[in-house]
Amino acid sequence: MSTQRYVYYPGCSATGVGRGFTESLDAVFEHLGTGLDELEDWNCCGATAWPSVDEDQAFALSARNLALAEDRAPDDGPVDVLASCTGCYRALLKAEHVLNEAGPKAEKIGGALEAIGLDYEGRTRVRHPIDILLNEIGLDRIREAVVRPLTGLKVACYYGCLLVRPFATFDDQHNPTSMDRLVAAVGAEPIDWPLKTRCCGGSCYCGGPVIGAMPEATMQLSYALLREATKRGADMIATICPLCQFNLEGFQGRMSKRFGRPLDVPSVFVSQILGIAMGIDEKRLGIQRLLRWQLPDREPVPAEGGVHARA
Amino acid sequence: MLPPKLSEASWAGGAADRRGTGDVAPAGSRRTQTNGSRKRWRPVKDQSKFEAQLDPGFAAEIAAEVEHGERLHQCIQCGTCSSACPVSAYMDLTPRRLIAMSRAGARDDVLHSFTPWVCTSCYACTIECPKQIPITEIMHALRRISLQEKSYPRRFTTPVMTKAFVDMIHDRGRSTESWISMKLYLRTNPAQLIKNAWIGQRLMRQGRMGLRRESIHDRQKLRTMLEAVSS
Repeated sequence: MSTQRYVYYPGCSATGVGRGFTESLDAVFEHLGTGLDELEDWNCCGATAWPSVDEDQAFALSARNLALAEDRAPDDGPVDVLASCTGCYRALLKAEHVLNEAGPKAEKIGGALEAIGLDYEGRTRVRHPIDILLNEIGLDRIREAVVRPLTGLKVACYYGCLLVRPFATFDDQHNPTSMDRLVAAVGAEPIDWPLKTRCCGGSCYCGGPVIGAMPEATMQLSYALLREATKRGADMIATICPLCQFNLEGFQGRMSKRFGRPLDVPSVFVSQILGIAMGIDEKRLGIQRLLRWQLPDREPVPAEGGVHARA
Repeated sequence: MLPPKLSEASWAGGAADRRGTGDVAPAGSRRTQTNGSRKRWRPVKDQSKFEAQLDPGFAAEIAAEVEHGERLHQCIQCGTCSSACPVSAYMDLTPRRLIAMSRAGARDDVLHSFTPWVCTSCYACTIECPKQIPITEIMHALRRISLQEKSYPRRFTTPVMTKAFVDMIHDRGRSTESWISMKLYLRTNPAQLIKNAWIGQRLMRQGRMGLRRESIHDRQKLRTMLEAVSS
């Protein structure tokens, strides 16, 4: 049973447009008896924009974060660094790979870190909060914590692109199931759908503006996901990336007009679903920050507990 | 020979000209295909190249930029990347075609292409490729080369956004979404700023977006580090 607190790297999006993700993860981890400590003075991971300008500088940006996290490591062992945004997750993982390979690139980046008085010894492990919830905390502890089983709630688990690509660290690359298992553990019903890892068009750049970058492409990509999910009867889409969440949530009205199919599916963070089932206060989960949120009026349940208990 | 610039309308409509030969012809016009008629919409361009126009070392140049890049030479042109790509319909050259042209040495065409900038970096191609070519990383490498040589599409949104993003991180260490979107819209399409103002305003009311620019404490040190890398 792990009671340790984890080093948490939120990234720019999970503190901005995706604030609810950080808030809900914090609340859920606290509720499960561990906790998240935000990495102090973290900087941007460089996303996919910086590698397009200078790859080594992008690694250096992530290396600074890893070096800062390593200061928090216990003397003997490695430290887990939790990156919630999947864009950050990929960037940090990639930098970690490069640094651990100890080639000329690692030397160059090590030199740059030295210039600002930091060093990196390779004692970090970049992990995603989903990985921790599933493999460290475990489904049993999550099941025990549930006070309001979300029976009958059909959830489409959307993993997005960068959680399992290009590095498949803890889940299958083509048909990931980690989130489905988490959602099933709190009583909801994960639907089977084929677009789990198809790109939403969020482009993992910098959140909000993406629809401005390629509006038509983004609309088509998100619409394909939303249509498939609603066709298969999903009440909700569970995401694990601030960009996917916003991208799927924010433009449904515009998509309905454009494609002539009414859309109104809440797109939430999976941690918010877990939190609701654990009976955590909605304010702490950041539910009030969602543009759409409703639990379905299906399968009436007796007064206490169940999906209707929401005030 | 430089390919003509694609206007935004031509790719945004989803009817991108797959051959990258210029603006999309009006629907149903058969004259576009003939070169001899007197009144034609546009001439059919001669796409064949003289050897002198090609740069046979181009593929090797890309390969050297990327880890495992040498696998580029082993491409079997199966087209799995193009079919796995969620945005290949919006590209002027599909990924398969881009690789073929890189290997043929069509340097100018590849570097002026929209393709690397349309790529969403979702890595679908990379994991499906039967030859394990790191296609997404190659796209990033192509972006780097075209930025260095200033051959990227100037008015296209993604290069503008990339630059705005990088400038902001260089300056402050963290990105602020509201500032990046405003910069992007003002530099490319100010009408979008008005169109998307309502959602920005909603997000601000929910505390998900703010005008205050985020920053780290050690801004000077971050710049020192970045300079140390590039020196």
